[in-house]
Order: sequence, then C-alpha cells, then structure tokens
Amino acid sequence: MNGNALDLAILVLVPPLLPAVIARTKAFFAGRRGQPLLQPYRDILRLLRKDAVYSRTTTWVFRAGPLVSCATALAAGAVLPLSASRHAGGFSGDIVVFAYLLGLGRFFTMAAALDTGSSFEGMGASREAAFSSLAEPALFVALAILAINARALSFAGTFGALTWSMWGWNAPVLLVACLAIGVVLLAENARIPIDDPNTHLELTMVHEVMVLDHGSVDLALVQYGSAVRLFVFGALFLHTVLPHLEVSHSTGAAILLAGELAVAVMVGVVESVMARLRLPRVPQVLAGAGLLAAIGLIIQLARSAR
Amino acid sequence: MTAWTDLGLLGVIVTDLFVLSTTRIGACIRALTIQGILLAVLPPLLHGGPGTSGQLVITALVTLLIKAVVIPRLLSRAMRDAEVRREAQPFVSMHLSGLLGVSLVAFAFWVGRALRLPIAVASDLILPVSLATFFVGFLVLVSRRKAITQVVGFLMLENGVFLFGLCLTRALPFVVELAVLLDVLVGVFVMGIMIHHIRQEFDHLDTFELASLKE
Repeated sequence: MNGNALDLAILVLVPPLLPAVIARTKAFFAGRRGQPLLQPYRDILRLLRKDAVYSRTTTWVFRAGPLVSCATALAAGAVLPLSASRHAGGFSGDIVVFAYLLGLGRFFTMAAALDTGSSFEGMGASREAAFSSLAEPALFVALAILAINARALSFAGTFGALTWSMWGWNAPVLLVACLAIGVVLLAENARIPIDDPNTHLELTMVHEVMVLDHGSVDLALVQYGSAVRLFVFGALFLHTVLPHLEVSHSTGAAILLAGELAVAVMVGVVESVMARLRLPRVPQVLAGAGLLAAIGLIIQLARSAR
Repeated sequence: MTAWTDLGLLGVIVTDLFVLSTTRIGACIRALTIQGILLAVLPPLLHGGPGTSGQLVITALVTLLIKAVVIPRLLSRAMRDAEVRREAQPFVSMHLSGLLGVSLVAFAFWVGRALRLPIAVASDLILPVSLATFFVGFLVLVSRRKAITQVVGFLMLENGVFLFGLCLTRALPFVVELAVLLDVLVGVFVMGIMIHHIRQEFDHLDTFELASLKE
C-alpha cells in the first residue's frame, strides 16, 4: 500500500518536469541555456491564479474538455503499474481500460475544440481524429503482442512475463513492440516528427490549435494533463524496453524516475535532430508503425502457437 | 546468435513492405540494396561458427558483391538513363498494397507452419520470411507499371528463393547457389537491355502500353 502511495505521488508531482527536460535538451542542442527546470510548475501556478474568460458560443462541453482529458490521463496513470519492480494488483482487461481512458480524454479535447465554433480548432480536431485513428491500432496491436506473449490481459501479468532472456529468443517481436509504442508516444503527445508543440501558425498546428481558446485554470489543466500523458506513455515505453526486474519498490521508483528522464531527453534529441514531417507523410509513418506492429503480432502468434 | 538471425529476417520483411508501399523508385533500389546486404550476412550467421568453411565466406562475399553492389548499380543506371523517378499510377494503390503485403506475410506464416522440412532449420522464421519475400516480390512484379519496379519485384522474388535455399543449404551444394547468383545477374543484364529498348521504342517505360497493338 505504501508503495502504491509512492507511485501515486510520483504520478501527480513529477510530470511537469518532463516538458522542462525536453526544452532543456533542445536548448542544449541549439547552444542556449534554456528555461529553468521548474518553469512548467510556475506556469501552471500562474495560470491557476488567473480569471477565466469564456466565449458565449461555448457550452459545458468546452469547460469539460480540459477537465476530462486531465482526469483520464491521471486515471490511465493509476491503472498502469509505474514503479519498475514486481507488480501486484491490476485486473484482467486493464490494458483495454488504459487505451480507452486515453481515447476518452482525446475525444473530449476534440469535442471542446469543436464546441468553440472556430474553423481553425475544427481543423485541428479533424487532424487529431485522423492521426489518432491510425495511432490507436498501432498501440493496440503492440499491446496485443505483449498480452499474447504473457497470455494475460493485465499490465501486471504482461510486464511480469517480459524477461531479459526474451531479448535473446524473441528479439524481433520485442523490438517491433518498442518501436510501435515509441512512435505512438511521439504522436499522442504531439511531439516533433508528427506535430510541433511550439508552432505558432494555426494552419500547421494539430494538437496546439485545439486548445487555443482555453485560458486560466483550463489552460493549466491542459498543460498539466499533457505532461501527465507524456509521463504515462513514457512509463509504458519504459516497461516494454526494460524487462521485469526483481527489486524493491523504492528502487523500482528510482529506476522509473531515471527512465522517465531518459525518455524526455530522447524525445528532446529526436526533436532537435529531426524536422517535422510534411502533413501527408504523417499518416504514412503512423500506418507504417501499425503495419510493423502487425508483423510483430504475426510472428508472436506463430511462435506462441507451437 | 538466433537473436541476430531473427533481427536480420525481420529486416528482410521490413524492406519487403517498404518496397511495396513506396512510389519512389530510388528508395525501392536502396531497400533492395539493404535486403541484399542482409541476405549476404545471414548465411554466415546461420551456419557459421569457429570452424567456418572457406566456401561459406566466399558465397557471402559473392552475394554481397552481386546483390548489394552490382545489381543496384545497374538498376540505378537504368533509372537515370530512362529518367523515371516515380511509380505513377500503379495498378494497386499504395495503401492497399501495404495491407495486401501484411496479409501475404500472414499467409506465408500460415503456409510455413503447414510445410514440414526434411531437415531441421536453425530459426523458425526463415521459411515464413522466404515465402513472404517470394509472395511480396510476386505482388510487386504484377502490380507495377514501370519496367524497373518490375525488375525490383523479380529480384525480391529471387531473394525469397535464396532464403528458401538457406533452409536447405546443408543439402544444397554451394556451387548451385553461386550458379543461381550468376543466372540472376545475367537476368538483370537482359532486363537492362530490354528497358533500354522499351524506352527507345516508346519513349517511356510503361509496360502496360505493350499490351495494345500498334501499326
């Protein structure tokens, strides 16, 4: 129980650190010093003190958007085992709950964007819907690979079945699952080869354009929620890359923190060395990740059948 | 050792699907080069060991030379001479052919399970991957318009046969392998000449036009 409380505290407190680490990594590549590591926390606190302004065309859907997307991200993080030690708890089918909690959050973000009646936000929502409809199969197939490997539908069983020796006899399948989850991580968190989080041109935005009309507490929730989503996907990626470890809970939590920082640095490096893809290329990359995952699934099915 | 073999075979499937889902002929040729390198590396990985025979090394080197250097060069030159860069309007759209490719891979794995080989194979992936490469090569061969992409499809088909031979390599003498490689090289030469003639005659490389009669 104590360990779970530790996990929960990490889930609530650490996420805003990750965008700052990414920004620092990008600043390092550009030869700048970059923002202080605590800047996202300060931004969120500043936004929380501001008064909200709502357009008269919006309804409760607009106000529910940031709240639901932030809450679902936290709930998805609570479903996923976080610390890298032996996992207890969970329930059969929590993999599906995880994927659809994130899907629900995305749906409400898109609904809130449509609710403003702005043409730019509608365009962003349509792009988000198109991209996520391609990213979701990739995520699902990658999770299916892991579930079939473990013959379990819970995260605890799935991650428990991953061992170091699996990299020896089942390397292609694991590699494919890691790659697919990595691409989905970049896509779902609106990072650079798919989407540019720092762009200021509405025509090229995907994710950022959907939150243009949010301010004050809502914007704070949006920023916090997207940091939590990055953290949750980072943990998922980490558990797939790093096999199951027999360590105490606090060591597992330390490994989780180090791994999340490594994931953030990795994302920063990807953002620094790559240009953003042209919009028509994005579906190709996402569909390619899905196809790759499908091949991994075929190999996994062939191997677990014998 | 099996992990590296498996990764190499995964690379072969990925290059298969890449060729299937790209319209750029230059990218197709590069993917074919990578596939050639993988095919040259796989036999020593599978059958090599401390007492590696000279035959194995020679086959690997000759494979590397022909599949990864000579043939891609010939194809790039044909592409440059014919001034085609893209496979415009293939018979099957790129998205559909990607999906078809995955179903062909699934089919190959299904067939590979049913097929029993007389001798034990080092990796359970070789047979399905060889069949998948064979099928995908065949799909490229029949679904593209340009003569160069059809040659690429033919070469992938041959790569599938090469991989299949790798399953039986204990039973198959290396002389046969080398002879097959030579045959393929001659085949590519002949196709290069054909491409040249098609272009001289019609000013383009669309083989579909060859089906209609002209005065």
